[in-house]
Amino acid sequence: MDTFIQQMINGLSLGSIYALIALGYTMVYGIIKLINFAHGDIYMVGAFVGYTMINSFGMGFFPALVTAMALSALLGVLIERIAYKPLRNATRIAVLITAIGVSYLLQNGMLYFYGAGVRAFPQVLENKLYSVGGIKVSQIQLMIFGTTFILMILLQFIVQKTKMGKAMRAVSTDASAAQLMGINVDNTISFTFFLGSSLAGAAGVLVGLYYNTIDPMMGVAPGLKAFVAAVLGGIGIIPGAMIGGLTIGIIETMVSAYGNSMIRDAVVYGILILILIIRPAGILGKHVKEKV
Amino acid sequence: MLEVKDLSVHYGVIEAIRNVSFEVNEGEIVSLIGANGAGKSTILKAISGLHQPSNGEIVYEGTAITKETPKKIVEKGISQVPEGRHIFSGMTVMENLEMGAFLRKDKAEVQNDLNNIFARFPILKERMKQDAATLSGGEQQMVAMGRALMSRPRLLLLDEPSMGLAPILIKEIFHIIEEINQTGTTVLLIEQNAKMALKIANRGYVLETGNVVQTGTGKELLESDVIQKAYLGG
Ligand SMILES: Nc1ncnc2c1ncn2[C@@H]1O[C@H](COP(=O)(O)OP(=O)(O)OP(=O)(O)O)[C@@H](O)[C@H]1O
Ligand SMILES: [Mg+2]
Repeated sequence: MDTFIQQMINGLSLGSIYALIALGYTMVYGIIKLINFAHGDIYMVGAFVGYTMINSFGMGFFPALVTAMALSALLGVLIERIAYKPLRNATRIAVLITAIGVSYLLQNGMLYFYGAGVRAFPQVLENKLYSVGGIKVSQIQLMIFGTTFILMILLQFIVQKTKMGKAMRAVSTDASAAQLMGINVDNTISFTFFLGSSLAGAAGVLVGLYYNTIDPMMGVAPGLKAFVAAVLGGIGIIPGAMIGGLTIGIIETMVSAYGNSMIRDAVVYGILILILIIRPAGILGKHVKEKV
Repeated sequence: MLEVKDLSVHYGVIEAIRNVSFEVNEGEIVSLIGANGAGKSTILKAISGLHQPSNGEIVYEGTAITKETPKKIVEKGISQVPEGRHIFSGMTVMENLEMGAFLRKDKAEVQNDLNNIFARFPILKERMKQDAATLSGGEQQMVAMGRALMSRPRLLLLDEPSMGLAPILIKEIFHIIEEINQTGTTVLLIEQNAKMALKIANRGYVLETGNVVQTGTGKELLESDVIQKAYLGG
């Protein structure tokens, strides 16, 4: 039982990170129906920004986190404006291929600047272990829970209560009706990329701290898994991304702990195939009839 | 107030309307009548800036708004209730109404207008917190109209407000349109329900496959051959 709870905590830590990344996928999909394949790489850039801020500028955890979020957000907005916006009326496959192109650009750009080697992420947090009745929780895990929790509350507040958040929801459900309200659709899309990318940046820094290492290809696998998480929860649905992320994190951890860590990834991708067959709309997705 | 001159609109190579001209004077209800595919919605999309015309001009209060963004056009006081209502599903009735006031900064006045809309559509007040998508068709039409009114338009564009509604509700909706007009809002009404639309209209235009084929006062058109034959089975 103790190990189960222990694995649960580990799974939730990993799942929090997937959830943060999945939110960006889901919000962007919700508003422009694009699977932004460059999203995992924004997370990677976020990790490198955090790394640089701590190493070269001597920042502490929170300033580095905020800087990484801000720069990732800007990167996301820039990508949208330069690469996706000119394709607003193009076919979806054209935009999708562009997203894959952007993903390669970011990976190779970072390979060029930072090299292919794995770098040790500076440990700005003392890795204290708290132990309650045999269950261990590290300071970093607590920081992951705390940060994720606060960011999600903040996101819910922005999306539900603020004017820009409401505009986001309006554009997601009906862009032309939103225009009739005087909402600037382009700005709203930029805002969505801003929010989603900032969360990915935060996830990058948290992962750097949690696993100690970063490299330019680190966004690929978590990016895919977060995408699976978004689909599992119901793509386009914000709470779905949160649930999906946590679920995938827990499943992956449990498979490693009780099964075989070699098949961990296969299980996650197997889940994707299963959802697509059994319930393509995801856990929270409603089976919506096409509007007439 | 609104002058549409020689307006042509294309969707790709398809010409939806050709050289359509008409005008709406301040305080009027003007009805635009036409069969399916005549190009009625296209005209409203062009006025609201959702679709750029290929030719012609749209003049509002003396200035051309042909190339303005939808946002600018709402700011200038033109608001549209689109065909099929297009309410925001997943958002509450209240949030839908709030979206109508998206560009407004005068909070107190917005609250005032909200109260007026609730007075006009009491059912919406009851359903305030409900997901707008769960409302009945008639109630959704009220949300769409209330939402458009929340921008405090001087010119209200209505695209087939009676579509899919029971006769008794249609009567009520048309009555409300008249009331809205009496409080000083000019109305451009698009309808297939020619009888009702022309009854409340000061003037009307009949559109056929992209062209205006007849115009006159509401009463004249009601009695005209074109309308009698095509719409009233006379
Ligand atoms: N997005 C579009 N792409 C291509 N063609 C379009 C588009 N929208 C409308 N059309 C065409 O333009 C013409 C006019 O359409 P429009 O929707 O304006 O007609 P309408 O008078 O509003 O008809 P209805 O009464 O059925 O609503 C039609 O032939 C239609 O097929
Ligand atoms: Mg129409």
